[in-house]
Amino acid sequence: MQRYSGFSLVKHALSHHENWQRHWRNPTPKKRYDVIIVGGGGHGLATAWYLAKEFGITNVAVIEKGWLGGGNTARNTTIVRSNYLWDEAAQLYNHSLDLWKGLSQDLNYNVMFSQRGVLNLAHTLQDMRDVQRRVNANRLNGIDSEVVTPDQIKEIEPALDTSKRARYPVMGASWQKSAGVARHDAVAWGYARGADSLGVDLLQNTEVTGFKIRDGKVFGVHTNRGDIEANTVGCVAAGNSGVLANMAGLKLPLESHPLQALVSEPLKPILNTVTMSNHVHGYVSQSDKGDLVIGAGIDGYLGYGQRGSFPTVEHTLQAIVEMFPMFSRVRMNRQWGGIVDTCPDACPILSKTKVKGLYFNCGWGTGGFKATPGSGHVFAASLAKGEMHPIAAPFSIDRFHTGALIDEHGAAGVAH
Amino acid sequence: MFHIFCPYCDERREEEEFHPNGQAHLVRPADPDSVSDEAWGDYLFFRDNPRGIHHEMWVHRLGCRKFFNITRDTTTYEILETYPMGEQPTITAETARVRHEQGVQTADGGWQTVGARPENSTLNEETPS
Ligand SMILES: Cc1cc2nc3c(=O)[nH]c(=O)nc-3n(C[C@H](O)[C@H](O)[C@H](O)COP(=O)(O)OP(=O)(O)OC[C@H]3O[C@@H](n4cnc5c(N)ncnc54)[C@H](O)[C@@H]3O)c2cc1C
Ligand SMILES: [Zn+2]
Repeated sequence: MQRYSGFSLVKHALSHHENWQRHWRNPTPKKRYDVIIVGGGGHGLATAWYLAKEFGITNVAVIEKGWLGGGNTARNTTIVRSNYLWDEAAQLYNHSLDLWKGLSQDLNYNVMFSQRGVLNLAHTLQDMRDVQRRVNANRLNGIDSEVVTPDQIKEIEPALDTSKRARYPVMGASWQKSAGVARHDAVAWGYARGADSLGVDLLQNTEVTGFKIRDGKVFGVHTNRGDIEANTVGCVAAGNSGVLANMAGLKLPLESHPLQALVSEPLKPILNTVTMSNHVHGYVSQSDKGDLVIGAGIDGYLGYGQRGSFPTVEHTLQAIVEMFPMFSRVRMNRQWGGIVDTCPDACPILSKTKVKGLYFNCGWGTGGFKATPGSGHVFAASLAKGEMHPIAAPFSIDRFHTGALIDEHGAAGVAH
Repeated sequence: MFHIFCPYCDERREEEEFHPNGQAHLVRPADPDSVSDEAWGDYLFFRDNPRGIHHEMWVHRLGCRKFFNITRDTTTYEILETYPMGEQPTITAETARVRHEQGVQTADGGWQTVGARPENSTLNEETPS
């Protein structure tokens, strides 16, 4: 792999940047691999990279029906935080946050991780109680969370309406300073390039259409490019996880909903941080390009159409203008949707299944981008050892029958 | 934007008046104390999540406030029928496949192949992900 550096930039300038190496190969599928990952989003690619780098398993294929990162990975609003309520979730997302910090160096790829902090606003007394409870839980788990007052909020984010005139006046917020944003497609590309360089085959435009299962054990997949075999198969397919599970005769407690986002025309720097409000129900940050990156809730019905409904767009923008009245005349440039796999307890599923060798990593719903490195790492460890990693273990699918749910609904600020 | 036909109001109204409430025709176990953890967990948490025909419950929240059912395609978003609580769907995944292949009788008495309708070909195609 050609490494990126200041020196390489200068060197390639001499040949007008025409001789940069391709990021990854476009290999023909082999008959057999040690591990197959279904889904070439951030989580699938991260899994492949950690399998190769940390666990020495390089005979790996990532099978992606479209292009790498074209699912939710490159459709999300890139908020990274770890201020979750419950111990299990806090550990998972904090493990991820730790990996984010060194990710650009690890991958030799600039993922533009920017720790600009996140505010989760409170507008009611109950909001305030929830914020206090969550901040205290966070601190017990070593997460840098604090409760801030409207005056402190004003200092952090002057553009936000913290006045008493607001329809839902801001009473306070939780503030996680180490939270932030990252460049989503760079995350997919960085992991892909790294995995490819260690020998992982990235098979794009290859759709898994079924599983090869014998005596309750998986031994490969059917694809539109022929059968490919492996005794370990990890499915990381976000909104399409349920469809894949059906192919293996399994059912998952997931529902697939459209979630949409919008970006505005580029503006001069105006926002310092990420602001989320559960009550007014919207969130916004500003990208390095200058566009406001805006999101809110899911469309309430099931859908696989990767687009959202107009009423949701309207509600989203109402919320943004409520929080930032000065944005009322900003024009929106683009709007799109992704299909998120929501789970009843708003936590992911990282689990073995009844089919031996077949694993699922899904249910990240509206908030899995932040978990990409951690999820990839613990999932790779689980696939490599055949036993779920201790951080992943509580997220087993069994919890929906034992009742050991990890109910994160209360902790989520607009659930991202 | 959906235009949803409420079987009670006997009228087509805008999506904003309605609220989706998940999978239709779920039956609560008659005696919860005697069912296994497996069956109870299935009832509480496991839903059909099909790519295709789905029967779902909606409520006419800002209208008559009654619940009713919709059969809808989750890929094209086409609403195939709405029907009151207590009734069964006339269109299922199986009949819809036949309908898709052979076409349907339209409201104005015509005959149309669903897949050939212009609005289904581009707008309703999912972009490959
Ligand atoms: C609008 C929006 C905003 C969001 N905002 C945030 C946020 O601010 N912060 C945050 O943390 N999270 C956010 N999320 C959630 C986050 O995007 C996802 O949880 C995360 O990106 C999931 O990554 P993934 O790799 O599991 O899935 P994906 O990136 O969706 O990858 C799954 C891949 O599987 C492929 N696939 C599916 N079926 C098959 C098949 N049969 N064969 C082969 N390949 C298949 C798909 O093509 C896809 O590329 C948001 C999501 C959306 C839609
Ligand atoms: Zn009605």
